[in-house]
Amino acid sequence: MQITLTVNGAAREVDIDPRTTLLDVMRHHLDLTGSKKGCDHGQCGACTMLVNGRRINGCLSLAVMHDGDEITTIEGLGDPGNLSPLQAAFVRNDGYQCGYCTPGQIMSAKGMYDEFNKGWPSHVSDDLTAEPNFSTAEIKERMSGNLCRCSAYPGICKAIEESAEEEGLTTRKAAE
Amino acid sequence: MTEHLKMDQVQPHLLDETGQGVLSVPMPRPEGPLKVTGRAPYAAEYKAEGMATGVMVRAAITKGTYAVDTASVEDMPGYLGVFTDKMVRNAAQGTMGTNPAQMGDKILYLGQPIAVVVAETFEQARDIAAVLKVDYTEDDDAVCDFDGVSDWPDSDKPDQGDLDQAMSDATFTVDSMYTTKPHNSAAMEPHAALAEWDGDKLTLHGSLQMLGYNRDEVADSLGIDAKNVRLLAPYVGGGFGSKLGMSPDCVGAAVAAKALGRPVRVVLSRNNVFEMIVLRTATRQRLRLAADKDGKLLGLGQENWQSNLPDEPMAEPVDLATHFLYGGENRRYGQHVAILNRPASGSVRAPGEAVGMLALENAMDELAEKSGIDPIELRLRNIPEKHPETGVQYSARSLAEALTEGAKAFGWDKRQKAGTRREGEWYIGMGVASAARTNILMESRANVTLNPDGTALVQTDMTDIGTGTYAILGQIAAEMLGLDPQKVTVELGDTDLPKSSGSGGSWGAASAGSSVFLGAKAIRRKLAERLGCDVEALRLQDGVATGGNNRRPLAELMDAPITEEGHIEPGQTDEDFHQAGYGAHFAEVAVNAVTGEVRVRRMLAAMAAGRILNHQTATSQVWGGQIWGIGTALTEAIEHDPRTGHVVNNDLAEYHVPVNLDVGDLEVMFIDERDDASSPIQAKGIGELGLSGAGAAVTNAIYNACGVRVYDYPATPDRIFPHLP
Amino acid sequence: MKSFDYVRASGIADAQDTAGRIIAGGTNLIDLMKHQIETPPKLVDVTRLEMTEIEQSAHSLRIGALVTNSDLAAHDTVRRDYPVLSRALLAGASGQLRNKATTGGNLLQRTRCPYFYDTTQPCNKRAPGSGCPAKEGINRILAVLGTSPNCIATHPSDMAVAMRALDARVEIESPNRGTEMLTLDEMYVLPGDDPSKETVLEAGDLITAVHLPQPPKGKQTYRKVRDRSSYAFALVSVAGIVDVEDGKITEAALAFGGLAPRPWRDGAVEDVLVGEAPSDALFDKAADVLLQDAQGFGENDFKIPLARRTLKAVLAELTGVTQ
Repeated sequence: MQITLTVNGAAREVDIDPRTTLLDVMRHHLDLTGSKKGCDHGQCGACTMLVNGRRINGCLSLAVMHDGDEITTIEGLGDPGNLSPLQAAFVRNDGYQCGYCTPGQIMSAKGMYDEFNKGWPSHVSDDLTAEPNFSTAEIKERMSGNLCRCSAYPGICKAIEESAEEEGLTTRKAAE
Repeated sequence: MTEHLKMDQVQPHLLDETGQGVLSVPMPRPEGPLKVTGRAPYAAEYKAEGMATGVMVRAAITKGTYAVDTASVEDMPGYLGVFTDKMVRNAAQGTMGTNPAQMGDKILYLGQPIAVVVAETFEQARDIAAVLKVDYTEDDDAVCDFDGVSDWPDSDKPDQGDLDQAMSDATFTVDSMYTTKPHNSAAMEPHAALAEWDGDKLTLHGSLQMLGYNRDEVADSLGIDAKNVRLLAPYVGGGFGSKLGMSPDCVGAAVAAKALGRPVRVVLSRNNVFEMIVLRTATRQRLRLAADKDGKLLGLGQENWQSNLPDEPMAEPVDLATHFLYGGENRRYGQHVAILNRPASGSVRAPGEAVGMLALENAMDELAEKSGIDPIELRLRNIPEKHPETGVQYSARSLAEALTEGAKAFGWDKRQKAGTRREGEWYIGMGVASAARTNILMESRANVTLNPDGTALVQTDMTDIGTGTYAILGQIAAEMLGLDPQKVTVELGDTDLPKSSGSGGSWGAASAGSSVFLGAKAIRRKLAERLGCDVEALRLQDGVATGGNNRRPLAELMDAPITEEGHIEPGQTDEDFHQAGYGAHFAEVAVNAVTGEVRVRRMLAAMAAGRILNHQTATSQVWGGQIWGIGTALTEAIEHDPRTGHVVNNDLAEYHVPVNLDVGDLEVMFIDERDDASSPIQAKGIGELGLSGAGAAVTNAIYNACGVRVYDYPATPDRIFPHLP
Repeated sequence: MKSFDYVRASGIADAQDTAGRIIAGGTNLIDLMKHQIETPPKLVDVTRLEMTEIEQSAHSLRIGALVTNSDLAAHDTVRRDYPVLSRALLAGASGQLRNKATTGGNLLQRTRCPYFYDTTQPCNKRAPGSGCPAKEGINRILAVLGTSPNCIATHPSDMAVAMRALDARVEIESPNRGTEMLTLDEMYVLPGDDPSKETVLEAGDLITAVHLPQPPKGKQTYRKVRDRSSYAFALVSVAGIVDVEDGKITEAALAFGGLAPRPWRDGAVEDVLVGEAPSDALFDKAADVLLQDAQGFGENDFKIPLARRTLKAVLAELTGVTQ
């Protein structure tokens, strides 16, 4: 089937088997291998990408269902010589080790900032009706859909906290 | 030229004399920008002209024989072939260097790789693999569970003294049975191979930890000369033991590529990883401690029961640290390995200590409770002067410092009596455990090149599996050659480069690091000659050489690059000293009084592992150990169906590795140390030390919180709440 | 994954295709299709239909079937008036999955069992008549209530548990029966003789919305016990809504997850409570009624006492009784 996706700002036409996931379109058809396949069943988060601005698991999405959608993958952020604030913070804080879950962590964090800005609550929010607090516990809960077996969680949280303002977070910070 | 060192005697601390100041300090990974932009390529991300895709087929029975019915799928779209030739039963064991079992038409466990299906696309191959008709003949004598083992093999571990007598003489004794479930490495990158032939020569991009050994394993499995195999693995998405040995995808891809005359890529599914790759055996452990009235050990015993497939040269060395961590004259060990029809057992991070230290350090906690001695004081009283079994002296061993300095930093003095601290619905408690991990130096080679423009190149077939190899090898070269680390390029993961130790057993940093050190040392000697000074007087800093009365930029000393090979081998210091990394883990947990759910609020690790080569990457390694400790203690358990051996939870939804929210505040401190016996760079391994004992600190904290002693791991809510007060 | 024909529905009539399998978020269906547990010959994509609104009227809240779990959990009215639902949604899956999963799709997740997921194993749900290895196998996460000799799988949804406590009704457009409104009790069937059937819905039936009645009186909570602190299915969960007036329980709605092949609610439990003064002894009585027919299968025996403890803690929290 012929579909058109807007990937990182550019329209990309692909002719695909309807069984192809959004993740495999990126990895096998568009040479965008930054999105990773860790489990292929929505159980690890390594394939996290933004679809129309929201973070989702690319592995559990059929590409044909996203004809016309806007997709942002890790390749749509900074380049190695010109990192985005969040990417630079991951490097600075060692928010990874092997690097395989990293693009998913970063894309997930991008989506999460936006969810904070929209005032979404989380499982650990004490008050559902209040504006969420940008606390470490909130970050940890909201990032729990991204497994890191190297266990770089402390560095990941630090990177997310450090670059929040530069990345456009408007939610108030946790009371120190 | 090769600078060779056999580690027969302790070496001077040259790295404390060099002045560049770029070693040990925290330094972000040089390959970081590639990783955070998704540009670092892992095995499955390479492409080759005309590449086809393969998918592994898993055995649907536990034991018997099989034949594939190729005709059942030949007409399917995209079909290229089904291959069973040379199929290996499971991944190779670490440092094996030979083929894993090749079973022909025999099946010994459910999930065993039995064929690779190849098609034009992944979607086609996956479908064909799912519907391929396989004819099975089932045997009915499979044994899949410990309870089905009628004759446990005897152990041949000799006794020292008389433990039974010590137990009856003792004032305080502990005699406890512990069990641990099997574990999976669960590296985030599934194993993958892209095989491409050029005549007789095979080039394979793989997800592998030890390329030198892996090359021999691939060659042996295929029946070809290792000289004709080139392996590439510049980026590896985690290993934790699971990629020590060549995996079945390598053979599947190579066989299919040869037969089809085109490149073939095979990526294991997550389910495949849980079955075809080695997992850590389940263990049963009997732990005995006999202590006098002062808590001093008169004897100890650790006997274990575990399993594997036939002909696997690996048993979980459960008692590895128990041999040397604490004193006590009377000692008994036992290891009983049953043959079960389950996936192969092998190395998962910190084989031995990861589970053996749970039992030992829980038992020490039991002894502390019984004797009324503080758990830290009890451990301090039992640090032996010499190896309690061999009498050999220890090299650097900062166990006491780790325990005492860690306790101070953690606030151990605020620990209360078990079951007395409560905050709302939560019991709060603290626990401690020692950490110990045998240190190993392995033969390793690297080329170091210094260029007249003040740049340098390090080349070795060593891998970086997330461990920080790119960073530390660059730092060692930069420190030795007086350069900014940004001027050093490190090339890894290619068997065309000098053969290294590979990544495993926590030996990579010290072994590969020593080879780079030696190569750079040879360059220093050459520069000293050219400068006309003794090498001892040579000072290299910021691209300038100083010595005697001379001071010259490197460019003036060199008109061509200088390349030297460094080659390290273990030697007599391995015999003369017992070498290990040591440390202490502390944990504070909250246990829910209603449900038995456990939350780790904070942990502290005080680690002593010789020279720390990069405080940032070393800290990350220890975080990894602490969090693996949380997983080991609380969540991780492979469940085998006792009737079929089937890995029931063969995915990441039901095999619970810790998530971000499972992890409280983590603190890591390093005890400043040099281990003269370990290597010329005085460093020891850290990656597995960080896990050794970490889980026991968590379960000891559970006991302190609520009085429930965990004997059966992991401590899921059902193992806690029934015993709550 | 088997090949399938892909059709994008542009109206409800397109969706009512008896030869097709409806797909929305796909977070469960694609998972199952990759394992070839589900092999639909035709997929009908309903995600472009106009079913994404949450509409409030005087008597109810109408939630479009395509409202994502994220949007529903974050909706102001839900957060304020139906916190048990918001809490349940937020306790489920991950941020990424909640952004994809829809209200209708969440209700229709297949029940979970590891033997269902592995095509090398017998399973009456996947291959009717092949047997149930779970009963004498690894069944730690499986059901203790509402099981049959043929199946002990558990319903995985958190959302549906809260909806069951809220007396939600499901709006269905059926090609044969027209528009229907079903309670969750009416929609879900127990495994009985045919575990392959989990609801009364037939091919072509489309969930278009879920209706919540007026917000209930009293306090609401959702408590989920699981093996790790996030991103895990429930061992036991309780959705509780209890109103206490003048020292007596006047209303109670309790639903349970992790225990049964469907979100579990037992009116007899609520009957024990209503009209009585809350006390630890009363809560025990309620738990007795809930669990009187509970049957463990070995590894999952613990769920029975765990359900008791969790229920009692929830009741204590909602009524202010200190245990």
